[in-house]
Amino acid sequence: MRSLASIAVLVLAVGLLPLFVSSGVTLGFVTMVLYATLLGQAWNILGGFGGQFSFGHAVFFGTGAYAMAVLQMRFGLNAWAALPCAIALGGVAGTLLGALSFRYGLRGSYFALVTLAFAEVFRILANTFDFTGAGVGLQLPLQEGAAQLQFATETGYLYLALALATVSLLFAWWLKHSRYGAWLAAVRDNEDSAAALGVNAFRVKLVAITVSGALMAAGGAFYVQKFHYIDPHLAYGAPISVEALLSAIIGGMGTVFGPLLGAVVLHGLGELTRNSLSSTPGASLVIYGALLVLIIMFMPRGIAGLFEGKR
Amino acid sequence: MLAARDLAISFGGLKAVSGASLTVPAGKITALIGPNGAGKSTLFGLVSGFLKPDRGSVALEGREIVGMKPHAVCRLGMTRTFQIVQPFAQQTVRENIAVGAHLHIGGRKAALAAAEAVAQRVGLTAQLDKPAADLTVAGRKRLELARALATQPRLILLDEVLAGLNPQEVGEMIPVLRGIRDSGVTVFMIEHVMQAVMNLAEYVWVLAQGELIAQGLPGEVTSDEKVIEAYLGHGTAARLKAEAAHG
Amino acid sequence: MKSDEKAYPPPAMLDPAILFASVLNGLTTGAVYALIALGLTLIYGVLHIINFAHGAALMMALYGVYFLHEKLGLDPYVSLPIMVPAMFVAGYALYRGVIARASHGKDENILLITLGLSIMLENAALYFFKSDTLTIDTAYTLSTVNIFGAMIAVPKMVAFFGALATTAVLLLVIGKTSLGRAIRACAKERQGARLVGINVDHVFAMSFGIGLACLGAAACFLLPAYYVNPQVGNGFVLIAFTIVVLGGMGSFVGALIGGFLIGVVESVGGLLLGESLGQIGIFVIFIIVLLFRPQGLFGARA
Ligand SMILES: Nc1ncnc2c1ncn2[C@@H]1O[C@H](COP(=O)(O)OP(=O)(O)OP(=O)(O)O)[C@@H](O)[C@H]1O
Ligand SMILES: [Mg+2]
Repeated sequence: MRSLASIAVLVLAVGLLPLFVSSGVTLGFVTMVLYATLLGQAWNILGGFGGQFSFGHAVFFGTGAYAMAVLQMRFGLNAWAALPCAIALGGVAGTLLGALSFRYGLRGSYFALVTLAFAEVFRILANTFDFTGAGVGLQLPLQEGAAQLQFATETGYLYLALALATVSLLFAWWLKHSRYGAWLAAVRDNEDSAAALGVNAFRVKLVAITVSGALMAAGGAFYVQKFHYIDPHLAYGAPISVEALLSAIIGGMGTVFGPLLGAVVLHGLGELTRNSLSSTPGASLVIYGALLVLIIMFMPRGIAGLFEGKR
Repeated sequence: MLAARDLAISFGGLKAVSGASLTVPAGKITALIGPNGAGKSTLFGLVSGFLKPDRGSVALEGREIVGMKPHAVCRLGMTRTFQIVQPFAQQTVRENIAVGAHLHIGGRKAALAAAEAVAQRVGLTAQLDKPAADLTVAGRKRLELARALATQPRLILLDEVLAGLNPQEVGEMIPVLRGIRDSGVTVFMIEHVMQAVMNLAEYVWVLAQGELIAQGLPGEVTSDEKVIEAYLGHGTAARLKAEAAHG
Repeated sequence: MKSDEKAYPPPAMLDPAILFASVLNGLTTGAVYALIALGLTLIYGVLHIINFAHGAALMMALYGVYFLHEKLGLDPYVSLPIMVPAMFVAGYALYRGVIARASHGKDENILLITLGLSIMLENAALYFFKSDTLTIDTAYTLSTVNIFGAMIAVPKMVAFFGALATTAVLLLVIGKTSLGRAIRACAKERQGARLVGINVDHVFAMSFGIGLACLGAAACFLLPAYYVNPQVGNGFVLIAFTIVVLGGMGSFVGALIGGFLIGVVESVGGLLLGESLGQIGIFVIFIIVLLFRPQGLFGARA
């Protein structure tokens, strides 16, 4: 219950923020942290709570992003209608990928590599067909207005990101307090034992990858609305997969608030290095990579592990 | 309760179980004994759905279950423990047991409460909030048993739950196992600890080199010539001695 | 690896001569792929870990060769005796210092650690060397040889034979030396190896070092016909994994055959489907093999 209260406090605090802060930079920073929380939580549900590490979560992000852009630009859908479709398609992509991989018993490193290969396949496909704008990508026409899910100020995007991130946090909270969550943790820790206790490991993992894919797709859809642009590398490239897993792992795998903490650290660090190292590309990612190594070596439960007590 | 007919499986060229047929009567404690590598655990695997037999059939209360997945078998009321204990190491004892309880209990709170009740039955109450990884061998064996019990099975397969325990711990476990039987759960157990077999089992099957070579009451079986030969011929006596020295 | 161009339609007719040249080209690339994959499969076979930083390490080696050429005027092929030991030492140290301490008994952890390392290396390169794509000019860069009518670039021919020679040396080391015997013993039965007095940790680090040394050689053969930028390793990572999985994890012969196969698939696939779409063949092979035949086409191990 304490974490539920924390989520409520977070929603309130961020929700009221625009009343007190008018700086677009600050609001933009908070928006991006919430967006990174969403991506991290998507990864965390499958990787942290479910123990299935994906290196190719971009496959879901890209699916959501392209669905959002294509549905609006090619099929004339309103953004509000396109959003749930994009999320659902991400879920479907998750189900399909999961059905294939888990049916054939892929685990551990093999699963990670297969997701990466899927992301590459999708990147090449998006890069090839005119339907998705090929290598040039798709530029979403500017139509500002809440009805189009495009906003003239940061505040609109802040609320959109807050809503999506909150959904992901609530789902993670539910995992900690439900039968399904217990099953998922059991499958993560020992599949054979779980099966002996009546847990259908295949189905449990399938649900996790479906939800994970849907949330990741929501992130992709948000990206398109905020930046009005998507191309194959942005959608399906390695950086987005890496961003999702970094915030989850650094913040704390299998914890409710890990992705949020990870997102704060990553984006905070990003701001710091941007200011102090005179915007040289690469510097902040060197630190993230080092953090990833150090966390795995010395703090497998991440930053949140420090708060949520020893397990 | 349980009837296996002509079960067989081989790994590569090795016939681990060949043509085993046996029955387990309801409401009793039945033991499966045999020398090391006889194929006992493999037989459990075949019966519980973890291994797919090359041929043969398994019926649980008259219902054919060969080819079913382990989780489906568990839902039908038969569950197993593992010889090499497999706890959910990152979770507490309470959470471990609750996974079993969730088979029939949807709510988280109710399952955790049920876990506590089961822990009491097997003597794990003091350890409820410890991480499973911190338990002793004896504690882990109890946890294995508790998780399985929490699924409310009608038949429970125990793979050497007494192995690695010292005599005092074995002595503590015997009434626990008897209590399980008395609560109406049929017990089918693999056991090397002869003291326990003589003490607990109401019927005994003997497996050697993948084949069932004897059956009967505990007293009958242990005086069976084939059984003695199977054991002594494979140096079991020496192994038991060595084990005692280690344990 | 350059897949950003727009796809062009496949040629209407398939000229056998073009196809032949494409296969030859594929074989020359394949030899280098095989060399890269050999390092990866050695590491996997002995340590049972997947080195995701393999591509990033290759990228570093390519920069090494590049700077030896630019700053000291060393020909890439002359750099071999520098790069191979340098990469070996780097690998040995990396294993001892980081990887050996990090697994906590889970193979995915190693995967994450090596992912972290590759992120660090790639972005350190970006920071120090900028994102420019660099190539070197040598006297033989543009010369070609005629093989039954197909024009093959000289650097590619050298790469082909160089990769084969390096592979032969590697197989000799593993097959005939006492180090090789120790490596094979550790690969098969690490507890047993420890019991007979082999310093297993040392052998593991040696294997990791040799795995990266292969990359040192590969970089020397690769650069004259190729380029280097901070991202160059990414393209090779999945290709090397595909080869290793295809050939059976830990199998040298499998890696060799797999390397040639993937080289040809990439080259001919590019010819038939266009450069952008052609690459898809590799990843589809990877996915299919992992799903349906994870022991590889040539491997028997489970
Ligand atoms: N998955 C497997 N692959 C190959 N061989 C196996 C496998 N499982 C068991 N075996 C072999 O089958 C034989 C029977 O093994 P099993 O574990 O069933 O014996 P057991 O009777 O339980 O012995 P113990 O008393 O030591 O537990 C052994 O020779 C064992 O090595
Ligand atoms: Mg056994």
